[in-house]
Amino acid sequence: MSQHAEPTSFAFHADSLKLVEKAIAKYPEGRQMSAVKTLLDIAQRQMEQDTGSAWLPRAAMDVVAACLGVAPIRVYEVATFYTMFNLEPVGKYHLQLCTTTPCWLRGSDDVVAACKKATGIKNFGETSADGMFTLKEVECLGACVNAPILQVNDDYFEDMDAARTTALIEDLKAGKPLPPAGSLAGRMSSAPAPGQTSLRSNPSAGE
Amino acid sequence: MLSDSDRIYQNLYGQQDWKLAGARARGDWDNTAAILAKGRDALIEEMKTSGMRGRGGAGFPTGMKWSFMPKQSDGRPSYVVINADESEPGTCKDRDIIRNEPHKLIEGTLIASFAMGANKAFIYIRGEYYNEAQRLQFAIDEAYNAGLIGKNAAGSGWDFDLILQRGAGAYICGEESAMLESLEGKKGMPRMKPPFPAAMGLYGCPTTVNNVETIAGVPTIMRRGAGWFAGLGRPKNAGTKIFCISGHVNNPCNVEEELGIPLKELIEKHAGGVRGGWDNLQAIIPGGASSPVLNKAMCDTQIMDFDSLAASKSMMGSGAIIVMDKSVDVVKAIWRLSKFFKHESCGQCTPCREGTGWMMRQMDRIVQNKASLADIHLLEQVTTQVAGHTICAFGEAASWPIQGMMRAFRPEVEARATDYQPPVQAQAAE
Repeated sequence: MSQHAEPTSFAFHADSLKLVEKAIAKYPEGRQMSAVKTLLDIAQRQMEQDTGSAWLPRAAMDVVAACLGVAPIRVYEVATFYTMFNLEPVGKYHLQLCTTTPCWLRGSDDVVAACKKATGIKNFGETSADGMFTLKEVECLGACVNAPILQVNDDYFEDMDAARTTALIEDLKAGKPLPPAGSLAGRMSSAPAPGQTSLRSNPSAGE
Repeated sequence: MLSDSDRIYQNLYGQQDWKLAGARARGDWDNTAAILAKGRDALIEEMKTSGMRGRGGAGFPTGMKWSFMPKQSDGRPSYVVINADESEPGTCKDRDIIRNEPHKLIEGTLIASFAMGANKAFIYIRGEYYNEAQRLQFAIDEAYNAGLIGKNAAGSGWDFDLILQRGAGAYICGEESAMLESLEGKKGMPRMKPPFPAAMGLYGCPTTVNNVETIAGVPTIMRRGAGWFAGLGRPKNAGTKIFCISGHVNNPCNVEEELGIPLKELIEKHAGGVRGGWDNLQAIIPGGASSPVLNKAMCDTQIMDFDSLAASKSMMGSGAIIVMDKSVDVVKAIWRLSKFFKHESCGQCTPCREGTGWMMRQMDRIVQNKASLADIHLLEQVTTQVAGHTICAFGEAASWPIQGMMRAFRPEVEARATDYQPPVQAQAAE
């Protein structure tokens, strides 16, 4: 287990509180618990804003439990069941690499190796010495025709290979912002790379 | 080949505007009130006649599923839940609908909810689809602001609320009763059935869960008629389907095609063929991770629809086609799926919680050429003790890839056993 420090307190900011109230109001009376994942997400995003690390300290779970009027255990069991809640600090850039069969067939092993080399991280689950990157192996991200997929924070980067992965991470290390999400091979969404084989009568018209 | 004019998803690739104006230009939200004016029974009848079968994996007839909902409320509200938890490895079709045709999904949800007497519907989208959820919420807000949903939705007199909830990373939440648990704010652990969701679902109320692709097809079926949809595909396998072609093809892609298209034609026409040519094909998983793998001889003649794939002891599933050429260690590819299922087991039932880990470890021993023939046969036997012995179908989903591997590749798998004896004739031939 990691030896991270747990903050002793947590409080939603005013703007977070507005989101919390809006989320709870969506559900029928007495069914506020339906908003628990949304509230945990709001807390995790506020942590990212405040500390640069998107994670969920136990104090935040306790505040979520208080907002919902339930025992803290009801929130802990949700926070520990779902993989997207980070129970310990993560790097500024959370690299989540899919290695499930469709990504593996398209070379996710190369992307793993490139991630490790560029960040200096030795094993999945670790954070780089400078706190910039955390590398995690994840299961199918559901973008398989654009495999391999590297998810960085909220964004999917698609059609990855070793060179594109290295370039992306080196750019982030140099302080550049994340590029727009999507294919880094310049391909249009899930269409065949050389061009559409269907809907040709309905080509790109721009937005 | 399916003509472009018969494709439901004209903006599948996001070539055009996905917002309301673009959607209206494609015919969405065109006099939706007139569709609802036909009445609940007529809409359910239309869905039955269309022959639509659920696009999420099970292929259950949609109209019949809708008809299970109570006609008269006993005081409890009815709910519709849209399954946008797309997590079956290989599958990425709903993502394209959500990000590029969100209004088809929203309008379809309104029509389906009206037909089932639900004033409220929920869309449960997997948490990792963050950008997709942002778009869908934008489109939902557009629909509210335009009066298409909300009070007196689209001028129909029907009040309709639509709530988007994001998951947070759990494959099992794609199982409908686990999804209901998750929607209620609990761990996503499947429920015992009966009672079925149509009797007691979300918050203990009558609920129907439908897949995104099933529901997003509804408005087009209602406008063009059940006969149009039923006229596409083959008997009992009607309509079009988005196929996701991944793995060792020259051009991996999503494409909407007619059900009943030969597998080889589908891959060669749209995905640029198998890498190295059709003869370089080794295996295809035809319907997402849990569908049993096919060897090349099976693929040569395979037709892509529910009944043809069932006849091959595999599954249409979600329409996710994972192609493997001859460079692949098929056992390792299936082991990776076993690892997936081990990771995603919710842990509620012992055969699944313990069995998925055991099966993964035994698969790993075969990959490393450390298993004996007896080990391999024990693994086969254990899969039958997991499948069918759990609350939900996850036990089957985790077992079928291994069973399919043994059906399609038995000689190759057994040849890796530590105590394998090659047949005498084979030795003589050398």
